[in-house]
Amino acid sequence: MSKKKSGGLGKLKGFVGNQLFIPFIAIVILAVVNLVHDPAFFKVVLGLNNAGYPVLSGSLITILDYGSELAILAIGMTLVTAASGGQDISVGATIAIAGSAMLRVLCGGNTRPDTIQAPIIVAFIVACIVGMLCGMFNGMLVAYFKIQPMIATLILFTAGRSIAAWINNNELPIVPDPKFAYFGGFIPGMPVPTTVFIAAACIIVIALVLKFTNLGLYTQAVGINGSSSRLNGINPTFIKFLSFVILGLCVAVAALIKVSRLSTINYSVIAKDIEMDAILAVALGGNALSGGKFNMWASILGAYIIQFLTTTLYKFNVKSDALAAYKAVVVIILVVFSAPVVRDYISRMAKRFAPAAKKEAA
Amino acid sequence: MNKEKKNSSIFTRISDTNLLLAITIVIFFLMYLGAIIFQGGGFTKPQMFFNILNANAALIITSCGMSIVMIAGGIDISVGGVVALVSMCCAVYLDYHDGNIVGSILIALGIGLAYGLIQGFLVAYLDIQPFIVSLAGMFFARGMTTIVNTAPFNVANETFNKLKDTRLNVPGMGSVNKKGIYVPAYVEIGVVVALLIVIVLFLTLRYTRLGRSFYAVGGNKQSALMLGINVKRTKFISHLICSILAGIGGYVYFLHVGSGSASHAMGMEMNAIASSIIGGTMLTGGVGNIIGTLFGVLSLSTIQNIVSSAGLDQAWWTGITIAAMLCIFLIIQSVIMAQKKRALK
Repeated sequence: MSKKKSGGLGKLKGFVGNQLFIPFIAIVILAVVNLVHDPAFFKVVLGLNNAGYPVLSGSLITILDYGSELAILAIGMTLVTAASGGQDISVGATIAIAGSAMLRVLCGGNTRPDTIQAPIIVAFIVACIVGMLCGMFNGMLVAYFKIQPMIATLILFTAGRSIAAWINNNELPIVPDPKFAYFGGFIPGMPVPTTVFIAAACIIVIALVLKFTNLGLYTQAVGINGSSSRLNGINPTFIKFLSFVILGLCVAVAALIKVSRLSTINYSVIAKDIEMDAILAVALGGNALSGGKFNMWASILGAYIIQFLTTTLYKFNVKSDALAAYKAVVVIILVVFSAPVVRDYISRMAKRFAPAAKKEAA
Repeated sequence: MNKEKKNSSIFTRISDTNLLLAITIVIFFLMYLGAIIFQGGGFTKPQMFFNILNANAALIITSCGMSIVMIAGGIDISVGGVVALVSMCCAVYLDYHDGNIVGSILIALGIGLAYGLIQGFLVAYLDIQPFIVSLAGMFFARGMTTIVNTAPFNVANETFNKLKDTRLNVPGMGSVNKKGIYVPAYVEIGVVVALLIVIVLFLTLRYTRLGRSFYAVGGNKQSALMLGINVKRTKFISHLICSILAGIGGYVYFLHVGSGSASHAMGMEMNAIASSIIGGTMLTGGVGNIIGTLFGVLSLSTIQNIVSSAGLDQAWWTGITIAAMLCIFLIIQSVIMAQKKRALK
């Protein structure tokens, strides 16, 4: 009888211990809160937009739409976290840099050009190069000079928005071509936001990379123990460097979406506080922020949950400036419960109750 | 062989705090001298120097706190947010609730204390990475500031403004202006507070048991534990001191600008970290000096002044120069650490 009981408990324990447990609970809580507050939250409507094309709208679509850049960033952030045991806090600033470079190429130094000065694909490639350069800079400081990731990225965190403003002489160019707005909006005739496809493409790419290359394995090995992975023939310095470069690429894609949404840029506001959301996505996915093993799917799910939380907070009339305060509380709660000290304490408490249950069974 | 040993021992000895401190002080004097020679103008007057002090008193205080946390092996990036939160809360209290000065100082200290207790507990006793804790702290403070009051406003309270405009003349440092009238050099109250804090912290770090244990914990946690130092409590106290100093720094900042705004002290955490690093505090912990931090702040603000008086007035230049300077010093530190390791081998 007692065996049966422990089996049931084991299953429950297995579920609680699963990495997807925290994201799952978060979704349930958010869904219930929204259902109680306003059931219309879950309605998806097919309507016509200003241009007369059919588009889907509703809170769920908003979450999918605005969660995509966060999901893309979460991919890179997960790799950086796993490899280096720290986080890149410059992603918001590098989005500004990459976006600014993109606008500079598209508008050719003109503030109000009549036509775009270069094909969009060229601008995007330039943004990718710029993003990867920023990633290389961070990666170099972290991997070769062995500076803590958060300090190293603090440099771009502060200087990034200034550099972005400097690229365009502090002017705010506007892209004249309506095609550029497709990336952050809707392609005519397609009711699903384009960003969803971009995010899906990125997720598929990273899934293929993780399946067919050793990147995932090597990253985890470096994160768990750098020197022993070196003894096994892996180059930890290069893996750390590579993870930052990949994050730079993710940043460039996110910058494309962010800039495309407005067809212009605001250096001090674009992607503000997004580093917090990206780190939160990784933490919410149950990944250890101190590096090592990671679960990419949990992080991506985490990113959409963060957007779910943001949208929910907006529905409760929280101002956008004040959002950060609420999210900070969520972060603290998360890290407290994932701290080893607290986990040990909880399991000790559980053990204390377990013998009592055994005695009863006997 | 014998010679080699001697060389290495000299290298390990000087590549400590003193080398970094010496570099900083020399750089500061060279920079100031260069500014006097090449730009002249304002830099020749002593008041320029006192203006730098007046504008950066709050930064000196927060940087001192940052140095202590960094010496003990942690970091705190919430200080800028705390400064903004303190100035907003004090401004709202003084203007909307008819508050008095003592009450507003208590509010500043209270916010600092609360931050220190929570962050210190999370970092020291729950063993959470200080960066994550203080990152959340920073966002919380920034968000909270806009919740307290969204719009920036100037404080109209009369007693406060009297205190704000109090100028303490520095004897013998004045200059004669174009009309031939003697203008005495002055500092604000904040500068006195800041210098007092620098002296107290310098003595604490150098001569007290607590001060030495900060170095021991930051240098090597394991051996500190074996020496019988309470590592957790020391870490806790370092965060507590840093946040309380951020609270005091917030009040000094508020006293300097006399307004509350959510965009106050943007990037101050970065300036504080940069000042500490330039002043010779090692990111790895265990190495650092408060006097160095003071010179770090002075170097940083002198650079800012040179940049702005050289006509590169745009705001982005300041950000870029600070980041570049921080980057250079970080790399110097990293190289020194690598050399030291090699020398020890």
